[in-house]
Amino acid sequence: MQARIWGARGSLAAPGPDTVRYGGNTSCVEVRLAHGPVLVLDAGTGLRPLGVAMEDEPIDELHILLTHLHLDHLQGLGFFRPLFRAGVDVHIWGPASPVQSLADRIAIYLSPPLFPVRLADIPAELTFHDAPEAGVTIGSATVRAGKVAHQGPTVGYRIEEDGWALAYLPDHEPSLGGRRIDDQPADWVSGYDIARGVDVLFHDAQYGDDEYPRHIGWGHSCIEDVIAFGRKAGVDNLVLFHHDPYHSDDQLEALLEHAKARCAGGRERVCLAQEGMTITLDTANGVLLSS
Amino acid sequence: MDAGTTPKSLPLILARELAANLATPMFLIDASGVLVFYNEAAELLIGRAFGEHGELEAGEFGAVLQLAEPDGTPLLRRDSPAGVAFFQRRPAHRVLLATGYDGVRRKVEVTAYPLFGASDDMHGVVTVFWETS
Repeated sequence: MQARIWGARGSLAAPGPDTVRYGGNTSCVEVRLAHGPVLVLDAGTGLRPLGVAMEDEPIDELHILLTHLHLDHLQGLGFFRPLFRAGVDVHIWGPASPVQSLADRIAIYLSPPLFPVRLADIPAELTFHDAPEAGVTIGSATVRAGKVAHQGPTVGYRIEEDGWALAYLPDHEPSLGGRRIDDQPADWVSGYDIARGVDVLFHDAQYGDDEYPRHIGWGHSCIEDVIAFGRKAGVDNLVLFHHDPYHSDDQLEALLEHAKARCAGGRERVCLAQEGMTITLDTANGVLLSS
Repeated sequence: MDAGTTPKSLPLILARELAANLATPMFLIDASGVLVFYNEAAELLIGRAFGEHGELEAGEFGAVLQLAEPDGTPLLRRDSPAGVAFFQRRPAHRVLLATGYDGVRRKVEVTAYPLFGASDDMHGVVTVFWETS
């Protein structure tokens, strides 16, 4: 399994000279399996360059796994070129709702006046599914979703293939309620079931520890909580994700240093998500991160 | 990684956070019928801290409480508000007598409601109660 980051910014795309090293596109991670269709985690603005990269690739089927429907996780959908190819089966997964189908909720954005093209006019064959909380087999992987604490219905995803596991929780506030994660039994921590024991965890790290008190309840994590959550879940490699749009590259690197200091003495590795970064999980290399 | 019991669903986690931050006595039963939490306010009426025994089968918990009608007639657990919410999957309210771990019998008003997820999946039951004269 190989994951490639196409967007790691949170909340709003943030292009410019201050964000050029880690990138300004919002959440999108491509996952290639040993066998089977491409998986795409979230449809932020990073989905646009992914679609360009796939332009010459023959595609029969692909799966887009949406954690939730906030615009920074959805905005790339209308600019994803494979959607405009007839004959491509695109499966879109997202959190369930008791009142509206996933298609109807996405169509609120993908329809005039917010967007010129209607969802119904997309040439690709679209199929919508509730996020697979019981697990589903796609190609050579098992994909499972679990609801997590954020603002509004939100899931995280766990992808397992050939003994390797990757979890993706880009928007997550596991300490919601003001409790220290360290003090909680693991089974009472939001997201634990999705993240436990994974080789790689992409996790919300929007705020510095000094910023978090002003943002409690906004649905995101600070560095202290990310590290505590990763340790609670027994994660080996922690990828700090969903960078605040107001954080420059220099500020992100300062947060990384802070995170590394908090990890001192631990077994986990921690890094910043960066556009273009690939993470390979296989028997030959173990977990290999390359920028 | 902690060795824990079954990972809890998010609705149950959020319900526990709500309970933990309230002065209203509240207890939670999960979808399999296990008492998974009660708050500090409830401890005053139940007569023991939750941490002293941890999770309990709801039947075991109900047996301890010795539920009864206000006139003293024993009340089946399935007829209590929590039992109705769990077995019949609807909200319920009732005045009843309950005996705590401290042996004190109290008259309480009890309201219980089931927690349904977005896919109509049952996550457990929330029960709030308070002592009445």
